[in-house]
Amino acid sequence: MSIWEYANPVKFMRTSGAILPWAVAGAALCTVSGLVWGFLTPEDYKQGSTVKIVFIHVPAAMMAINIWVMMLVASLIWLIRRHHVSALAAKAAAPVGAVMTLIALATGAIWGQPMWGTWWEWDPRLTSFLILFLFYVGYIALWSAVEDPDSAADLTGWLCLVGSVFALLSRYAVLFWNQGLHQGASLSVAEGERMSAVYRYPLYLSMLGFFLLFVALLLIRTRTEIRRRRLAALQAREARA
Amino acid sequence: MIALLMRDLTLATRAGGGFGLGLAFFLILCTLVPFGVGPQGGTLALIAPGILWVGALLACLLSLDRIFALDHEDGSLDLLATSPIPLEGVVVLKAAAHWLTTGLPLVVAAPLFGLLLHLPAAAAPWLILSMLIGTPALSMLGAFGAAITVGLRRGGLLLSLLVLPLYIPTLIFGAEVIRRGAEGGSTVTPLAFLAGITAAVLALMPFAAAAALRVNLR
Repeated sequence: MSIWEYANPVKFMRTSGAILPWAVAGAALCTVSGLVWGFLTPEDYKQGSTVKIVFIHVPAAMMAINIWVMMLVASLIWLIRRHHVSALAAKAAAPVGAVMTLIALATGAIWGQPMWGTWWEWDPRLTSFLILFLFYVGYIALWSAVEDPDSAADLTGWLCLVGSVFALLSRYAVLFWNQGLHQGASLSVAEGERMSAVYRYPLYLSMLGFFLLFVALLLIRTRTEIRRRRLAALQAREARA
Repeated sequence: MIALLMRDLTLATRAGGGFGLGLAFFLILCTLVPFGVGPQGGTLALIAPGILWVGALLACLLSLDRIFALDHEDGSLDLLATSPIPLEGVVVLKAAAHWLTTGLPLVVAAPLFGLLLHLPAAAAPWLILSMLIGTPALSMLGAFGAAITVGLRRGGLLLSLLVLPLYIPTLIFGAEVIRRGAEGGSTVTPLAFLAGITAAVLALMPFAAAAALRVNLR
C-alpha cells in the first residue's frame, strides 16, 4: 500500500467518491459558519464594517498561492513518475486557483477604495497577485490549446515549473521596484498574533472552509476530467469499430 | 554547430528583411510614444527607461515564433533532433541566432532611440549595458516559449501570453538600471540582479526548452 496506487484511476474514483460528500459538507459548514460569524463580529474602530471583507479576502489569497504550489507538486509528480491522475489534478486545480486570485484581487479593490482611496495601486503584493493571475491564464490557455492530452500535460508541466520560478522572482522583483501600501500579513507565526481574537477565530474557520472548498472542487473536477478521458477513449474505440 | 548558427543567420537575413524588422518596429514604437503622451521633454525623459525596455520586449516578441516554427514546418527540426548535436545545444544556437538578429541590433541602436525620447546623456552607457546584459535572457526565454508552442496552429498569440509574464523581472531590473543611471545613483544592485537572471536563464532554460521540443516532436 503506497500513495502511488492512487495513480490508478479506478482506485482514485472509488476513494475520492467516498471522500467527496464529506469534503462538500465540511466546506459548506465551515465556509458558511465562518462567513456568518465573521459578518457578526463587531466593527473595527478604524476600518468600520469594511474589516469584514477580510474573511473572504485572506482565505482566497492564501488559496491562490497554495493552489499554484499544489499544481507545481502535481506537475513534478507527472513529469517524474507519469501519473495521469496527478496531471489531471493539476489541470483541474488551475481554474479554481485563477478564480481565487480574482476574488482576492476584487475584494482587495472593493476594500481598498474606501480605505486607501483607490481601487488599484501598483503595490508589490497587488502587482505580484496580478502576475500570478497572468500565469494562471497562460497555464489554462496552454491546456486548452494542445490537443494530445499527454503532450498537453507535459508542456503545461514544464510551463508550471518555469512559471513557479518566475512567479517567485517577480514577487521579489516588484518588491524591489516599488515600496508598498499593503499592510503586512494579518496572521504570522513569527511575529505572534497581531489580530484580536474576535476576528482571528472566524478567520481560521473561514480559511479552513476555503481549503475544504478547494478540496471538494478539486475532487469534483478531477473526477470529471477522468470521466471525460474515459468518454474520449470509448468514442475513439467506437470510431475505429 | 558553427554551420548551424551560420545557416540560421543567413536564413534570418535573407527571409524578407527579418533582420531589420525588430529594429523598424522599435523605431515606430518610439515615434508613437510622444504622440501618445505628448512631446514634453521632461515627461518623456521620465518614462524613457520603461518605454525603451517595453519596446525591446515587444520587438523581441515579434520574431520569437520564427525560432522553431519554420524548421518545424519543413521537417528540418526533426533532422536536428536526430543529429549528433544535443537538442539543448540546438536550442542555445537558435536562441543565439535570434539574439544576434534581434537583440544585438537593438543594443546598438538603443542610444539613438534614447535620444528620441530625451533620455539624459548620462544614462546612455547604462542603457547599452542593461540591454547588453538583459536581452540574451529575452531570447532564451523566448526560445522556451517558442519550443512550447511550436506544434500549435495558433501559437503566436499564446506565445506572447506565456512569454511576457516571464519577461517581467528582466524588465523591472533593466529599466531600474537606466533610471538609476540617469539619476546618477548606484546601479550595482539592479545590475547584479539583471546579470543573475540572465545567467540563470542561460544555464537552465535550454533544458526546459529542449524538453518541450521533445514533447512536440514526439
